[in-house]
Amino acid sequence: MDDRVELSLHVPVPLTRPGDAPTFDHIDIPAAGATRRPSVESLEADMRDLPYGMVRVLDDEGRAVGPWAPSIEPEAMRRGLRAMAQTRVFEDRMFRAHRQGKTSFFMKSTGEEAIGVAQSLTLAADDMCFPTYRVQGWLIARGYPVVDMIHQIYSNEKDPLKGRQLPILYSARDYGFYSLSGNVGSRFGHAVGWAMASAYMKDHRIALGYIGEGTTAEGDFHEALTFAAVYRAPVILAVTNNQWAISSFSGIAGAEQTTFAARAIGYGLPGLRVDGNDYLAVVAATQWAAERARTNRGATLIEFVTYRVAGHSTSDDPTKYRPSDEPVHWPLGDPIERLKQHLIALGEWSEERHAQMHAELTETVRAAQREADAVGALGKSKPSAREMFEGVFKEPDWRVIEQRREFGI
Amino acid sequence: MTQMTMIQALNSALDVMLADDPKTLIFGEDVGYFGGVFRVTDGLQARHGLTRCFDAPISEGGIIATAIGMGAYGLRPIVEIQFADYILPAFDQLVSEAARLRYRSNGEFWAPITVRSPYGGGIFGGQTHSQSPEAIFAHITGLKTVIPSNPYDAKGLLIASALEDDPVIFLEPKRLYNGPFDGHHDRQLRTWAGHPSADVPEGLYTVPLGKAATVREGADVTLLAYGTMVHVGLAAIEESGIDAELIDLRSIVPLDIDAIVASVTKTGRCVILHEASRFGGFGGELSALVQERCFYHLKSPIERVAGWDTPYPHAFEWDYFPGPARVVAALRRTMEA
Repeated sequence: MDDRVELSLHVPVPLTRPGDAPTFDHIDIPAAGATRRPSVESLEADMRDLPYGMVRVLDDEGRAVGPWAPSIEPEAMRRGLRAMAQTRVFEDRMFRAHRQGKTSFFMKSTGEEAIGVAQSLTLAADDMCFPTYRVQGWLIARGYPVVDMIHQIYSNEKDPLKGRQLPILYSARDYGFYSLSGNVGSRFGHAVGWAMASAYMKDHRIALGYIGEGTTAEGDFHEALTFAAVYRAPVILAVTNNQWAISSFSGIAGAEQTTFAARAIGYGLPGLRVDGNDYLAVVAATQWAAERARTNRGATLIEFVTYRVAGHSTSDDPTKYRPSDEPVHWPLGDPIERLKQHLIALGEWSEERHAQMHAELTETVRAAQREADAVGALGKSKPSAREMFEGVFKEPDWRVIEQRREFGI
Repeated sequence: MTQMTMIQALNSALDVMLADDPKTLIFGEDVGYFGGVFRVTDGLQARHGLTRCFDAPISEGGIIATAIGMGAYGLRPIVEIQFADYILPAFDQLVSEAARLRYRSNGEFWAPITVRSPYGGGIFGGQTHSQSPEAIFAHITGLKTVIPSNPYDAKGLLIASALEDDPVIFLEPKRLYNGPFDGHHDRQLRTWAGHPSADVPEGLYTVPLGKAATVREGADVTLLAYGTMVHVGLAAIEESGIDAELIDLRSIVPLDIDAIVASVTKTGRCVILHEASRFGGFGGELSALVQERCFYHLKSPIERVAGWDTPYPHAFEWDYFPGPARVVAALRRTMEA
């Protein structure tokens, strides 16, 4: 008799699909304040429990608790709250603009606003972030003109990127925001190279690279971690784990086996697992990792546990692959609501002020859209076709010059 | 002037650039203490310091990604991919990032990187140490591709590449590292000693990208070549007795189209020679350009001589390699057509 075990192929499937009752019981969430905060001088070997904990500051009553609670002024928190709220208002409006035919494509970061906003406001003005398309809040937090974002989304005559890029793939060097690309993951290693260059030049600036949990499966992720560890690069490497990569749940990227923060252990890097919907936890983890980077202690991998409330983009319907009410069951709540409640608990904010702020932001975004609409939405206005032929090389070669002539301009 | 091999000339170019610009640095597999598997970076770490020339993990994608990030910061990295055959893990970085960064960011970021890589066959390297992948880079909008054929050009072109603000793929024909090679593999090895293009200045000079060299003037047929094939072509012309004009393209992007058109317009015949396999090779583009621009001057069909459309076969190296006999036959065909 053949007593060998018959092999079977394991294909991960999410616990729930459309029509099922949503559950997040599989995600281990320690209480706020429960995960310890080692000093930044700690050796990586002494911190290998952190990737399995979760840095959380805001508890269910809106209090900031535990060792990670950052020292942060109410005004700084209100600034963060405002930027998150503006991001959400802006994205809702642009999503509708897509439905109205004003642009070809759009992506929202609903539910994930704390990450880009808190990091944008925590890092220095001359640090450099290597973004994913889901951290538009970085730009809004730094005061990048909303109208220019809309010009870019419209690919109109005033598009800062001259109609060459898909909507929301911004570039904003002066705002510490590196050029985006639609190829996921391919800039993660650039963050490490930029940080190595800063160290090589004996500079003080650090880099921040973003990648989604789905994209951690790309070689780029592992190459970047290898270089970051080998050369002790002053970089923060952030995995935004929003549970979904288009329609593939995080298990398809390996989440059934371990945490994404735990990827750090194999590289000898500190790994933090952080409540990504907790503004103060994001600030605290970023401060900790930045201080390590700025003192030649090297890179930190941070997994921000969050949830993609919206679809991947305007091109997919999430109710086709996950329960339609899954977002409301997400156990880490909403980042705007949680920071709002904290400020109210401190006596530094109120529902009235919040409603007034929301009305102001709505009007600000509406005004910016009116200005962009006046220039023209997609197809109604576009940069000169000469722009198509510019910037291939620093100086055009004969092919571009000839082809521009052939095209007739 | 000093007599240098191509290895010494490339080493001198890197030495000059490290001394000239503190923003220049070198990294790649085995390039640091050891000085590279072909010795091109020999002594550079000792002379310029650990952070100026250092070893990289075996991670071609990581090497190019890191270089692009450094370039975005403002450095001018010169990296080595140990063999051109191993460049493919970095292809996404070269195509989707290095080549596109300036365009997509409207000039906010760019990648002033030089990617050196030993390339081509003739050293019994088998399938994985012999290939000539230049055509796949030439096809990529936003990359420049340079292939020197002698020590003087190698140094001047490498310095010119390092000074470029656009990404450059710098392919070094490894069969030419220690001496010219005309394809007669059964004859005694030649060294660069005494060769006129082995006289190389010690200091900084450039050979501009996009300027072809006329290696031999001739009246009856134009032979277009680059890299090792320049030497094969010259031998073939001498053996054929045909008065052919030999043009060394030196870079295929940018391409010196004026030199090509002027020569073919004069001779009325054209043979294209490269070591890479023929189908979809850069010779196809050259043939199309000559046809488009010189058709009414052509007296015979354009000929291509190239590697066969097979992987590079170890035991059949000299059956695969487009040596002088095949070039002579093509030259004769074009003259007799």
